[in-house]
Amino acid sequence: MGKALAVVLVIIALASAYPIVTHRFPLPEDISTHGHAIDQQLNDTMWEAGLSFVAAQVLLAFFIWSFAGRKAGSPLKNFPGGAKVMVTAAFLLVGTEILALGVLGQKAWASVYFTPPKPDAIQIQAQAEQFAFYFRYPGPDGKFGGLHPDKIDEGNQNYFGLDPANDVDSRDDIVAGELVIPVNREIQLMMHAKDVGHSFYVRELRIQQDFVPGLDLSVHFTATKIGKYEIVCTQLCGLGHYNMKAYLNVMSEADYENWLKQQASQ
Amino acid sequence: MSSRIPPAISAGIGAFGPVRASGPAAVAQAKRGSTSSSGIWVGVFAITMSFAAFTSALFVREGTSDWSHLALPGVLYLNTIVLLASSATLEHARRMMATVRAGQGTRKASAWVIITLLLGLGFCAGQVLAWEELQSQGIYLATNPNSSFFYLLTFLHALHVLVGIFVLVYLAGRLVASHTTLRRSLVDNTAVYWHFIGVLWVYLLLLCRMKL
Amino acid sequence: MEEASVQQAHVHAPPEGFLRKHVFSLDHKVIGKQYYALALVAVFTGMILSWLMRIHMVWPNAKIPLLEHLTSAGAPGGIITPEYYLSLLTMHGTLMVFFVLTNAPFAAFGNYFLPIQIGAEDMAFPRFNMMSFWTTFLAWVVLMLAFVIPDGPPIAGWTSYAPLSAVGKDAGPGMEWGMSLWGISIAIFCVASLLGSLNFIATTLDLRAKGMTFMRMPLCTWAWFITSCIALLAFAVLLPACILLILDRHAGTSFYIPANLVISDRLQPHAGGSPLLWQHLFWFFGHPEVYIAILPSMGIVSHVLVNSLRKPLLSSRVVIYSMMSIGFLSYMVWGHHMFLSGMNPMSALAFSFPTLTITIPATVLTLIWLGSLYGSNLQITSASLFALGFISMFVAGGVSGFFLAQPSIDIYLHATYFVVGHFHMVMGVASLFGVFAGTYFWFPKMTGRMMSETLGKVHFWITFVGAYCIFMPFHYLGLIGNVRRYQSFVDDFMQPFLGVHKFVTFAALITGAAQFIFLFNLIYSRFKGKPAPDNPWNATSLEWSIPSPPPWNNFGGKHPIVYHDPFQYGVKGSKGDFVMQDSPEQVIGASGD
Repeated sequence: MGKALAVVLVIIALASAYPIVTHRFPLPEDISTHGHAIDQQLNDTMWEAGLSFVAAQVLLAFFIWSFAGRKAGSPLKNFPGGAKVMVTAAFLLVGTEILALGVLGQKAWASVYFTPPKPDAIQIQAQAEQFAFYFRYPGPDGKFGGLHPDKIDEGNQNYFGLDPANDVDSRDDIVAGELVIPVNREIQLMMHAKDVGHSFYVRELRIQQDFVPGLDLSVHFTATKIGKYEIVCTQLCGLGHYNMKAYLNVMSEADYENWLKQQASQ
Repeated sequence: MSSRIPPAISAGIGAFGPVRASGPAAVAQAKRGSTSSSGIWVGVFAITMSFAAFTSALFVREGTSDWSHLALPGVLYLNTIVLLASSATLEHARRMMATVRAGQGTRKASAWVIITLLLGLGFCAGQVLAWEELQSQGIYLATNPNSSFFYLLTFLHALHVLVGIFVLVYLAGRLVASHTTLRRSLVDNTAVYWHFIGVLWVYLLLLCRMKL
Repeated sequence: MEEASVQQAHVHAPPEGFLRKHVFSLDHKVIGKQYYALALVAVFTGMILSWLMRIHMVWPNAKIPLLEHLTSAGAPGGIITPEYYLSLLTMHGTLMVFFVLTNAPFAAFGNYFLPIQIGAEDMAFPRFNMMSFWTTFLAWVVLMLAFVIPDGPPIAGWTSYAPLSAVGKDAGPGMEWGMSLWGISIAIFCVASLLGSLNFIATTLDLRAKGMTFMRMPLCTWAWFITSCIALLAFAVLLPACILLILDRHAGTSFYIPANLVISDRLQPHAGGSPLLWQHLFWFFGHPEVYIAILPSMGIVSHVLVNSLRKPLLSSRVVIYSMMSIGFLSYMVWGHHMFLSGMNPMSALAFSFPTLTITIPATVLTLIWLGSLYGSNLQITSASLFALGFISMFVAGGVSGFFLAQPSIDIYLHATYFVVGHFHMVMGVASLFGVFAGTYFWFPKMTGRMMSETLGKVHFWITFVGAYCIFMPFHYLGLIGNVRRYQSFVDDFMQPFLGVHKFVTFAALITGAAQFIFLFNLIYSRFKGKPAPDNPWNATSLEWSIPSPPPWNNFGGKHPIVYHDPFQYGVKGSKGDFVMQDSPEQVIGASGD
């Protein structure tokens, strides 16, 4: 039975590697400026992890095959070098991996989080609530009005709690159910949670960030391809969590300006 | 006595240690004592960690805009003296125990244990007075974050004092009925716990004073 | 070398009467079996919950028979509502992490075997021990009550993030009393766990028999000892977290709830609290918790492996130090659950490095196990099959950790099925394989009867292959961005991959069914199994030197004296190729450690 286990281990190792090697579950296309570094990192890690996984399973299989069910009285041997070799190998292999992955990976992280948004980044506010995303644009005056939770009125589509009667800046604010942005322009998304924790995830954009009630968070990114992409919530927020989504609509600069004008006139 | 407790603490325990007698029974008793003293120190460590968690919660909460200021009721300082005095009385009882044989003179020690537990009850009563004083000013658990922490920390501490008081009642009972054999380690370990509660209180008082 | 002194006098009298013998027992062996029984009930409950989840995910409109009678609010007409799906998910996680993975490898086997393996008559504090089991039981009852209350169990996941978990009924169904019961149950569980850990630590420090130095303790004893040190700190922090949660929910405080939240159209009467505070406190517990779940299994697997290899591991000392390092490092990495939580992005790097570093002792362990196989005389039994399976699963689950440890990759993989695949493989499978290995190995000692090896092997094969079929695909689904905790997949991009989910569901049903083979084997063998000798595996540690099952005071009133470490295999012993720890004979032809 040891030999059977050895064979099954190898089959499992190869079968597990197969979908990866044949790209049956490909990452969605990357439409961001920072995504390439993340994809590269993921790819490198996949090689290291994949090779480690297969090598370990095969080694396990080989040893089980060789040493299970031996004749009684077969001589016992020690792995050459003993524990010292293993400890050294672990430190060397994993140590280099840590340095490589950790140090290199830092760059991808830094490009998202340590670089401040460009001064001309378009500021858009996103509000996550049970169970929808809404987006607010500052409108022609370029200023966001204040948020007044007591003025929130879902029935009248005042999702953000704006007070246009008393607050001049909010009169021209544009509220939309879609995140419409121009291609190749940096966007700074100001993230506000209305009720509980949510998260903003666009796979193609390689962006994911939690909305934390009480915290003013923001992410910035630049989309490089026109199209419609799903925004989904990835932080468990209640019964409608599975259905909480919106669309990222990346348009050409011209279309974006038209859209803004259209919204402003409403 | 061998155990893996670090030398510094071991020396501390040694200060609490029972008088060495001879023979296997005494060694067995010493062994039993060592076990319960390991247990007490482990328990003290766990309680410390919990209050450390509450402390870190306090530091996080302190950073928000609605953090205000709580004037501590004056009776707290009196309570502190009462609690520290109770540590002194228990320590006195403990040292008394070290010089007597089982079955003799434990009644005197029991008197000091009873005084300790009365002082402990006095401390708890004093804490209730402190809470009442705050309530008379309209400051309750949820009034502001400072009051939340104050009530939380003092209440939980008082709970631990009550546990100690129960143990002291048991201990006093055993001492009074001095014909029963009493593991000296029981007194020593109760003392460790009781002194710890005192030290913990001083820490909490300082924390509340400086931060709340 | 550390010498322990004379064994103490009787810890407690022999039990009399049914209640004292079988219910409120002070005997660590009975308590160990009670923990095991509780874990068994919890694991089958959790498994059935996962079946319901998997069926619903693939066939959202399936009418599940009997379900509407069990819970009319959660499954009207037998169809699981979205909120009930989340309740199932929450209870599945809570039961499995707390009542199975902390109970079975640690509390159950640790309680039963730690005192015996160090040569003690019982735990240091038998009364506390009894209390810790019954307190755990109480925690379980309180948790299960959530199923029977009208509003149902909570829907916040086992991680119960604030403010969703803290605001009360406005947050959704099950979030009133269901959520409170969860908080109370876990708080009670913390107390029980602290009592248990205290016992393990004091016992290991003080009740070792003469000659039982630390380095002569079996590897599973070491694992239980290290785990109890971790658990002491971890649960001591979860308890305050739960207390603050209960206060926010019922006393109007605002530890976790900030101002201006509008939930269910109501402005919440709270201000100033921090949702991140909950996450920090929870994960400061939560990450060590996963090592609490796996370390005992690592110890059990090492213990079983040494016996099955008929030779010592390459270095037991290295294994011990690796387990200690894992325990130590486990306290530095909790932020890797929070890379995207809004905490300072600099801290993400600070947490990432120790997370990657933990790979080193984990790799050392794996290489030691693998290297020890070389040149061995590997015996294949149900127990050793699961021990070998553990190694395979631990590697499989561990390598996906490389990805998640890096914040930049976590941007993409966080909250996807990749994470679900990772933690199920290491906790749900590897850790459980350790429990299976321990069960097949120790059942003869605990009951005096042998389990059926045939059924054991069938159980192994279906479970091993089945577990890979269930959890390996999760990694692929994660790579394409399949988000977790969704009751069904309405996203466009998910439609082509629903077939994978179907495959997983079928695998889960089959693999789950195989667990009933195990259950049958347990129960049948308990009554009808072949009588077991004292030492059916020709093993060296002290539990094999006493009768099967052991008498109430383990060593029959005698005080064992230990002469060797438990790794004397492959030597010329008087009984065969091994020398038992308490045998005074000299060891010829092997190196001790």
